[in-house]
Amino acid sequence: MTNPARRIRMQRAEGERGVSLDGVSERVIAGVRIELIERGQGRPLLFLHPGIGIDAAAPVLARLAQSARVIAPSHPGFGRSELPRAMTTVDDLAYFYLDVMEALDLRGATLVGVSFGGWIAAEIAVKTTERLSHLVLADALGIKVGGRESRDIADIFAMTEAQFIEHAYHDPAAAKRNYAEMPEADVLAVARNRESLARFGWSPYMHDPKLPGRLHRIRIPTLVLWGASDRIAAPDYGRAYAAAIPGARFEPIEGAGHFPHLEQPDAFARRVLAFAAGQGAAP
Amino acid sequence: MKVFHFTEQAYPEAWENHGGSLRVVLPNAKCDPQIAADRFHRYYDEWKLADELGFDIMMNEHHSTATCLSSTVVVTLSVLARETKRARLLVLGYPIGHRPDPLRVAEELSTIDVISRGRLEMGFVKGVPYEIPVANTNPVFLMDRFWEAHDFIIKAMTTHDGPFNWEGEHFHYRHVNIWPRPWQQPHPPVWSTTSSRSNARVLGERGYVIATLGSGYNTRALYDAYREGWASKGRTAPPPPDRFAYLALVAIARTEAEARRRAELVAGYPRTSSIVAPPFRNPPGFLSAMDNAQLLRGKTPARSFTKDGRVIAMASASVQELIDAAIMFCGTPDQVYAQIVDFTTHCGGLGNLLMMGQAGNLNHADTVDSLTLFAREVLPRLKELKQPAPEATAA
Repeated sequence: MTNPARRIRMQRAEGERGVSLDGVSERVIAGVRIELIERGQGRPLLFLHPGIGIDAAAPVLARLAQSARVIAPSHPGFGRSELPRAMTTVDDLAYFYLDVMEALDLRGATLVGVSFGGWIAAEIAVKTTERLSHLVLADALGIKVGGRESRDIADIFAMTEAQFIEHAYHDPAAAKRNYAEMPEADVLAVARNRESLARFGWSPYMHDPKLPGRLHRIRIPTLVLWGASDRIAAPDYGRAYAAAIPGARFEPIEGAGHFPHLEQPDAFARRVLAFAAGQGAAP
Repeated sequence: MKVFHFTEQAYPEAWENHGGSLRVVLPNAKCDPQIAADRFHRYYDEWKLADELGFDIMMNEHHSTATCLSSTVVVTLSVLARETKRARLLVLGYPIGHRPDPLRVAEELSTIDVISRGRLEMGFVKGVPYEIPVANTNPVFLMDRFWEAHDFIIKAMTTHDGPFNWEGEHFHYRHVNIWPRPWQQPHPPVWSTTSSRSNARVLGERGYVIATLGSGYNTRALYDAYREGWASKGRTAPPPPDRFAYLALVAIARTEAEARRRAELVAGYPRTSSIVAPPFRNPPGFLSAMDNAQLLRGKTPARSFTKDGRVIAMASASVQELIDAAIMFCGTPDQVYAQIVDFTTHCGGLGNLLMMGQAGNLNHADTVDSLTLFAREVLPRLKELKQPAPEATAA
C-alpha cells in the first residue's frame, strides 16, 4: 500500500538524494536503488516493513516521527525498490541493511521490524549491533520452534487473500482492499511484494534454521511486541522468540493481529518510543 | 504429420464429492490401489495398441491429483520402452525445474533412450501452477532452475570424454559422467510447451519443437513468435512443420451421433482439469508481477477463442464450443480429417498432432474402437498431407 499522490524523483548517483514533500526519497546504496521514507528529528529509528510493504501515509510513521528520526525503506524487491538478481536470502537483505546503516551513518539507532521485517532485523542484530541501541521485534518471523510436522507460521501461500486477511487482522473488515480503484503503480507494488516475499521466504518457509542458534548474540535491550490476535504466528511463538534473546521482554498488544503497527498505531508507537527512551533491562 | 496418442491416465472414480479440489489436497484415501492398478494396465494396453496401429506415443506426469495417476513419468517411459516396438516415445513433459537432481534426470532419460533403441523425444516443461505446492519448489526461481537443469542435462548427455564439473546457481556436481550415454546423437530431440509469445520465441531461437496445449486459435500467434525467434538466429529457411506440435482432444466414430456421445465423455478432461483449490491456482512468481497486477485489477486475459473470435471458457464449454475453438476434433473420420486440415492451415503448418485419444470416462472398448478407426481412416491421409507454406496463409 502506497500513497497514490506520491511522486518519486529518480536519483542515480550513489548517495544522492531527492526528498519529496512527504519525506519519500530514492537513494542508491551499495549499488541498489531503493525508496526511503524519512520523517522527524532526533535519534534514528530504522523501521523494517512486513511482507505487505509500507505506506508513506501510514499513521504509525507519523506517530513515531514525533520523537525520532524515522527511516523506513522499502526492502529490495518491495514497493518501488530495485531487486538485484543475486539477492535471494534474508541474509542478503540483512547485509544490505548493514550497508544502509553505514551509508546513512546511523548511530545509536532503534531497529524496529514487523513480521518479515522482524526476521530481517533479527538477522541484522545477530551479525552486529554496533550501530544499534535498541531492538524491537513485532510479530517477527524467522525462527522455527515446533517439531518438523508442526507449522509455526501459517502458510499464507496456501490461502486466498480473504483467508489471509482473516488470519492476519484482529478486525478483518478494515483490511479489505479494492485493487480496481487503486492506481496501477500501487497494484504493481502489491504484486511485487507478494513475489518478493516468496523469493525470500518460500523454503525453508519464513525461517532460517540457523537463526535460533545465533540469537544469543543479541546483547542490546530487546522488546518483542505481539498482536494478541495474531493467527499467522501465535503469541506463544513470540514468547519463544523472546526467550531465545538474552533479557528480551515480551509484550502483547490487544486489539491487533499480525500487523499491530497498522491496527494499533498509537499503542505501537508509544511502546516503541518509551522502550527506546529508557535504558531497557540490562542483558 | 505424426499423430501421438496421449491420455492423462485419469482416475475418474474420485471425481465425485471432491470438496472443491481434485488436486493437491484431495486425500489419497479416495484412491483404491486395486482400481489404480486396473487403470494403469488398461492405459498401457491402449498405448501398446497405439504402437501397433502406427501412432506415436505421448505421456506425462502430474502430482497429488485424481486427474492423472502418473506421478512419475519415468515409470511410464520404462514400461513402454520395452512394451512397444516402433512408436516414438514423447515425454511431455518432464518438469525438470522441479527436480532436485537433474543428474538423475539425465541418467533416466539416457537409459530410456538406449532401451528403446533411440525412440525418446524429450519434452521439458515448466509444469502447471498446482505442481508447485507439491514439489515445494520456489516458483520465483522456477524458470531459472528449468534452464539451468536443461543446460546441465544436455551437457551431461553430450560429454563423452570423462567427468566434467558443474557449480551453478542451483545445482552442484564435481564428477559428471553418465552411463549409459544416449542412443541418439548428439542427444534425443528436445520439445517444450508454452502459452506465451516470449517463450515461443525462445524455443524458436533454440530450434526446439514447440508444443501448445489446447491453445486453439491463439496458436498461430505463438507459432509466428516461434518463427521470428527461429529466423533471428540467421536461419534462412523457415522452420519445418515437424518443429510444431498441437495437443487436442479427439472424439471419433463411424457416425456423428456416436462421436458426439464420445465427445461428452472426453470433455471430462477440460471439465475437471482446473478443479483446484483457489490458493494453488496462481503461486507468487509463476506469472510476472506485471501480469499479476492486471489480474488483481480484474483483467483476466482470455485464453480460448473460436475461429470467429468468440471467447470460450475451457472448463465449462459445450462440446460444440470446444470444436469451434479447435480444442477438440470431433465427428466421423472425414469430419475429423477436415477439421485437422483446416487447423493445420491456420497454423501455417503442423507436423505433430498430440491426440488426446482417451480422456475422462471414455472406456476401454470405445478407446480401442476410436484408435482403430482413426488409424485406418485418418492417419494414412495425415501422413500424406501436403503441409501449407506459412507465408501462404494469413495469420
